Amino acid sequence: MYRSKAFKAYVTGFVLSLISTLIAWSVVNAHVTSGHRRYSHLFINVLVLSLAILQLVVQLIFFLHLGREKKPRWNLQALLAAVGIIIILVVGSIWIMNNLNYSMMNMVPTQEDQPF
Amino acid sequence: MTKVSPMHKEIDEETATSLLGFWVYMMTDCILFASLFAVFIVLKNNTAGGRNGAELFSLPFVLMQTLILLTSSFTSGLAMLAAQRSRIKDTFIWLGATGVLGASFLALEINEFAKLDHSGSSWRTSGFLSSYFTLVGTHGLHITVGLLWLGGILVYIYKKGLNETSVKRLTMFSIFWHFLDVVWIFIFSVVYLLGVI
Repeated sequence: MYRSKAFKAYVTGFVLSLISTLIAWSVVNAHVTSGHRRYSHLFINVLVLSLAILQLVVQLIFFLHLGREKKPRWNLQALLAAVGIIIILVVGSIWIMNNLNYSMMNMVPTQEDQPF
Repeated sequence: MTKVSPMHKEIDEETATSLLGFWVYMMTDCILFASLFAVFIVLKNNTAGGRNGAELFSLPFVLMQTLILLTSSFTSGLAMLAAQRSRIKDTFIWLGATGVLGASFLALEINEFAKLDHSGSSWRTSGFLSSYFTLVGTHGLHITVGLLWLGGILVYIYKKGLNETSVKRLTMFSIFWHFLDVVWIFIFSVVYLLGVI
């Protein structure tokens, strides 16, 4: 068991996940301990989210064996459908709520605007 | 295990169908978590004058939680490997490790929730905290259910040994546990890491 390919895949996935977790954590920790000045927010957002997605892919391949599935790859198809719904749900919510916030900012009622 | 009889093949197909069904359930669970993430991201800045993530979360604490859950995801995979190779002793060791790590994770989370509540940051305080407790609490509830399920599987294997049913259940459990770790990675990144910057 401890010499099989499957075991090596698990160890590889575990090590890669550990590395990506520690990189993301150290960058944020360094930023916070430097008084929130070390990196730009955009850089941290992009880095942390990319590492999370990288780790998702690593675990799908090495822990959930998505790459070794035989055709017609139902698991992959179900996953892709779910990813589609998730992207619409999350990006759509952020988009429409930001728009709403933006529109509300321009609609601060003044004395003249109020009908009564 | 390698006997190829028509009977055996049929059972294998049935197992494969159950596993696919469980996988599809996991996908719907991911959509549930995605909607909770969407709510959290939208409400993240609505602290209603209360404390925000930067004031509430501790980075070393959440790193410890993450490493514990990641390791338990790894050990649950090893338990499945051992069960597929009919190594009952290794199965018990790795499943036991998964259970202990999962329980430690849950204990840390309950402790954190209690601390937040005591310091006056309950789920009633603000939109930010309502969505935080709902998202992280739903994950914690899944972990709790997973631990009970794990206990059931341990009892079953202890009584009946490693047969086709126990391997099937263990495989489903390890899919469930791996996905809970994947969801936690996103909680770790979006709620905690991006919450304190």
